[in-house]
Amino acid sequence: MNRRNGQVLLEVKNLKKFFPIQKGFLRRVTGYIYAVDGVSLFIREGETLGLVGESGCGKTTTARCILRVLEPTAGQILFRVAPDSTVDLAKLSRSQIRPIRQHMQMIFQDPFSSLNPRMTLLDIIGEPLLVNGVRSRKERQDRVAELLRQVGLRSEYMPRFPHAFSGGERQRISIARALALNPRLIVADEPASALDVSVQAKILNLLLELQDRLHLTYLFITHDLSVIRHVCERVAVMYVGKIVEIAPTEELFDMPRHPYTEALLSAVPKPDPRLRSQRILLPGDVANPANPPSGCYFHPRCRYAIDVCRVESSLLGEVQPGHFVSCHRAAEIALRGVNG
Amino acid sequence: MEKESVQVSEGGHVAHHDDKPLLSVRNLKTYYFQDEGTVRAVDGASFDVHMGRTLGIVGESGCGKTVTAKSILRLIEKTGRIVEGTIIYHRGTGGDREAELDLTLLDAKGPEMRSIRGGEIALIFQEPMTSFSPVHSIGSQIMEAIRLHRQIGKQEAYALGVEMLHRVGIPLPEQRMGEYPYQLSGGLRQRAMIAMALSCNPRLLIADEPTTAVDVTTQAQILDLLGTLQKESGMAIVFITHNLGVIAEIADQVVVMYLGRVVEKAPVDDLFHAPKHPYTQALLRSIPSIQSVPREKLPTIIGAIPHPYNRPPGCPFHPRCASFMPGVCDRRAPRLLPVTQTQEVSCFLYHRDTEDDEWVEWTWKL
Repeated sequence: MNRRNGQVLLEVKNLKKFFPIQKGFLRRVTGYIYAVDGVSLFIREGETLGLVGESGCGKTTTARCILRVLEPTAGQILFRVAPDSTVDLAKLSRSQIRPIRQHMQMIFQDPFSSLNPRMTLLDIIGEPLLVNGVRSRKERQDRVAELLRQVGLRSEYMPRFPHAFSGGERQRISIARALALNPRLIVADEPASALDVSVQAKILNLLLELQDRLHLTYLFITHDLSVIRHVCERVAVMYVGKIVEIAPTEELFDMPRHPYTEALLSAVPKPDPRLRSQRILLPGDVANPANPPSGCYFHPRCRYAIDVCRVESSLLGEVQPGHFVSCHRAAEIALRGVNG
Repeated sequence: MEKESVQVSEGGHVAHHDDKPLLSVRNLKTYYFQDEGTVRAVDGASFDVHMGRTLGIVGESGCGKTVTAKSILRLIEKTGRIVEGTIIYHRGTGGDREAELDLTLLDAKGPEMRSIRGGEIALIFQEPMTSFSPVHSIGSQIMEAIRLHRQIGKQEAYALGVEMLHRVGIPLPEQRMGEYPYQLSGGLRQRAMIAMALSCNPRLLIADEPTTAVDVTTQAQILDLLGTLQKESGMAIVFITHNLGVIAEIADQVVVMYLGRVVEKAPVDDLFHAPKHPYTQALLRSIPSIQSVPREKLPTIIGAIPHPYNRPPGCPFHPRCASFMPGVCDRRAPRLLPVTQTQEVSCFLYHRDTEDDEWVEWTWKL
């Protein structure tokens, strides 16, 4: 299936989410955390877009806004509900969102806290069905059995509780739950990070397989660049609430155009002692989203910064077809990618 | 960090340096005795740690790497104990101290072990929040650690604390001394923990997954920091992690553990470029990396890590091993033996030397 030609399933335009900081006895608002500060991206049907960044960059908040778990402060979230019909999720009320929710589901990072320990697998995976009108218990059981099989678990496990299963198996249960209503978009938030190395591979394989079989579209959030390279066709890099670069994965790895991406790629430990290259070490800590620097948020840590960077932030511009960067110097500087 | 050259002594032993190891663990066995059964958390681990070098211990859940670290520091909880093996700590000559000390023979709560723990062998954890008290300031905790092991006054301890924070790259160290752990970011907390661990100038630092909970750019800083501190002080480091990429970055020598046993021991380059044990080989193949083909299924290891109460007989990896030999691998456990000049493996593909049937003998004693 040629994914590149698929229709755009989701388009996010200039999404913003600010959390007010309330201090003092009277809970006065003294400032804001600019968690998501003007994020724009799109995902085509059947595609996997990776969203990568470090803690506090806003990737999980972005995902939550897309799924309308949080209400955006500003911006548009355009979702294609039918081949020729798009809705702006940001404008819908809570009751209007409900019927659309079944199209978008989430898989969480921690397999130990994302399943209710007092519910059986049947309850957990069957809950979305129940909530969406599947009243017949037999029908739910059949569907849950089928879902369990799809994720590689035995349907006999239905009456058991989560504590009886390992981390990898629990993630499979979470995936089964996410698939219950035949969603079109799945947001996977670090689905394999909390698992053992050998189990990660199995979960990633499962996600790839399900994508092929069920024509799913993924927004794949992770900090792990090796996983990104393995699973995602395109990737967006976030830093303190903003997207600094979006590109096809191979291109990003070969030739990053943003200094932060370059530093991120060089910081990833490669499982080969002969590749102990000189790492680019970023000075200082990640900028504070409650008090970001002036101009480009990355400038205090950037070794290519010039005067304009301290004053003006840059907008995402296309430097190559499909490759967007927000950097004043994108056209001039030659950055180092990963070999091979 | 540069790779050290490997030397082989005349006796044909696998030696890595002319100097004696700082710490020698031999056949360590730490078992936990629960109502439901016995967990053989560490079941015969042997390795050496040298000054100025980093030993990486890598493995997945249940492999025993954390229990190994705790055993060295005699921090095993009540339900468990070291049932066999030796942990020889070479204090070096000088004064009235003994040159060699078997840590397994010391009283875990006694003054000698307490002096070593923190003073000569330090430990840093994955979650800095669990080693810092949330209700005391960073400064007071570092000072407490210092004054536990050294006879110095408060002012001197304070100055030393500030210096340590500065040395680990924490900006505005005096201000941080008065701050509480929650006020620091994850990366800074980890640095503060390193500062506290190093404040007594230990000869060995055991780091248990110290970078697992931090971002990748912070991880790069922390790994760089540890390398620099090691070069400055000459201390030995035992770095425990499940992340093979990190191992490749910082380890000189690697020990791979599975279900409580050392399955392979090798210099880092040999481990990645000529792995011998089927588990090591399978693990390396299953990680997504720059080398693997994108979007193609990763080769995985069949089955799952067995529950600790359901240990397979013989070689613990045999139910999942592509090279399983029926009648051989499921009967006895293979011994860890050298197979090349530099590598040791515990696998019947390379030799037929087995461990003694100590487990069976031991149960007879009950």
